[in-house]
Amino acid sequence: MKKELIRLVNCVMEFDGEAVLKSINLTVYDKEFLTLLGPSGCGKTTTLRIIGGFETPTSGEVLFDGVRFNDVPPYKRKVNTIFQRYALFPHLNVFENVAFGLRVNKVPKNQIEPAVTEMLQLVGLKGYEHRDVSSLSGGQQQRVAIARALVNNPRVLLLDEPLGALDLKLRKEMQTELKRIQQQSGITFIYVTHDQEEALSMSDTIAVMNNGTIQQIGSPTDIYNEPQNAFVADFIGESNIIDGIMKQDYLVSFGGKNYDCVDAGFKPNEEVDVVVRPEDIDVVPLENGLWSGVVKSVAFKGVHYEIMVDSGDYVWMIHSTDAQVPGTTVGMMLEPEDLHIMHKFYPNGSVAGVAEVE
Amino acid sequence: MRKSRRLASLALPYGVYALIFILAPLLLILFYSLFYQGSQGFAFTLKHFLKFFDFSEPVYMKVLVRSVRIALVSTVICLIIGYPMAFILSRMNPRVRNIVSFLFVLPMWMNFLLRTYAWMTLLENTGVINSLLGSLGLPPINIMYTEGAVIFGNVYNFLPFMILPIYNVLIKIDKSVVEAAGDLGANFFKTFTKVIFPLSLPGVTSGITMTFMPAVTTFVISKLLGGGQNAQIGDLIERQFKSVGDWGFGSAMSVILMLIILVVAGFMNSYEKDKSAGGVLL
Repeated sequence: MKKELIRLVNCVMEFDGEAVLKSINLTVYDKEFLTLLGPSGCGKTTTLRIIGGFETPTSGEVLFDGVRFNDVPPYKRKVNTIFQRYALFPHLNVFENVAFGLRVNKVPKNQIEPAVTEMLQLVGLKGYEHRDVSSLSGGQQQRVAIARALVNNPRVLLLDEPLGALDLKLRKEMQTELKRIQQQSGITFIYVTHDQEEALSMSDTIAVMNNGTIQQIGSPTDIYNEPQNAFVADFIGESNIIDGIMKQDYLVSFGGKNYDCVDAGFKPNEEVDVVVRPEDIDVVPLENGLWSGVVKSVAFKGVHYEIMVDSGDYVWMIHSTDAQVPGTTVGMMLEPEDLHIMHKFYPNGSVAGVAEVE
Repeated sequence: MRKSRRLASLALPYGVYALIFILAPLLLILFYSLFYQGSQGFAFTLKHFLKFFDFSEPVYMKVLVRSVRIALVSTVICLIIGYPMAFILSRMNPRVRNIVSFLFVLPMWMNFLLRTYAWMTLLENTGVINSLLGSLGLPPINIMYTEGAVIFGNVYNFLPFMILPIYNVLIKIDKSVVEAAGDLGANFFKTFTKVIFPLSLPGVTSGITMTFMPAVTTFVISKLLGGGQNAQIGDLIERQFKSVGDWGFGSAMSVILMLIILVVAGFMNSYEKDKSAGGVLL
């Protein structure tokens, strides 16, 4: 069912002796929407540029359809890129920008016009053919860039934070639009972003990156619900991360109390990160709570209230549709499956034994 | 309102300067070209211009045509040498690039006359180059006082004015636009012809303007390296003022030369505007 298209094997990238990518292993499947997600400087753009052919990895292999691809120059790859700031040709009008790839690839003249017209229709820019690209808005330039890449029928489309420069509303529209185009065209998308919400709503697969390594690969729901380490938990959505000790299988201790949990396989008394999503904590009357704290602040966030509760050793972030009165003492409650136990990630910044977690 | 007026007053020194040293001489030249001093003071005349455009004896027009031809050839050679130079320079890594572009500018800090005199001693029949050839057992070549020497002098002196504007445009071309061309299937040659060169045209036009203008008006280079028989229009004008003493004719020729320059500059400017408006020429 899933056909492998691109594979990076132990890819290392060094600039001036500094490792930007540390042994990346990544498989991209045909027709998949894969997102490389991570903070700036994590190596996601470098990974994309290696696939696009703009960088050659210091070591490791890039395979395309199982064939080594490292030294194939960009113009020979069936891969097209949408650049961060669109990189439209300023000296060409909209039509000629989109037609560029067809012209350099010597597509017969009589096929160019229908292809470009169809593509401009797809991105909603029919009638803009003779407009100067600098006269277009950011969103329109974005659409030209998409049309310019897609008209070449690439096997893979690389998108480098393509929506970063757009305002929130336009970004939401384009997210839907891109997803629709991807599903309609059946082209594999490799998408780079630092926006976790964007990644979660668009992708089939997300690879979370940090410090030149891939922290976790999985579906959006897996990544959100089962983060493999505290970095992923922290980066994807908001999290309460507190220090705990794994007393034994299915029993964790933090804040001086023991709690039932669903995790096992840790060393006895191993120091762990305990991750709790803000929406998984319920505020309950004091006597019903597993533990308690004083409400420090309540902020209205639209759909929910963000309530900060100080339990003495940790300030908990709670998302709830009910407001609380600051200064009151409340009880807090959660289910055992809401406690996510992870090998220590912070503070040294390296993943302790991702392999063992699997 | 008050602020803009106060700012405008900052331009006053330059305004006075321009009035005295630019506008007044221009008006004087125009005056001298159109009036002559008769017994009853100054009288209007077109005789200076008619003398220049005398088709039965087109000596002066021949000089003008030669000047334009020499300037054109020099400009084309500057472009052929300068563009690749600028391109290579723009591709160097920034540290090396700064040193090399510094080396290009360095001779420009030395007086123009000195550099031309230096070439005289190099190119002379008994000069450095010919004695070098002689010591290798090769026959001497006659370079001095030929049109070739004038063109050579022009190219040497004006090449930086071609390289620098092109280089400045090339380094400002967005790198991702060049990558986009490769990404869309253009190899190096196509990327160059379809993207880099069209985007560098503003630099090329200003480079052409900045080489052609001085080359067409120069009189020192043609005098020193070209000798008498390769005189350019600039030499002719100089002669009218300094040896012949016919200020009226010299002024008329200056006016003609200025008109030519205005036309060329206007043409170059309109071309640049077309480009920045984008897509019009396609």
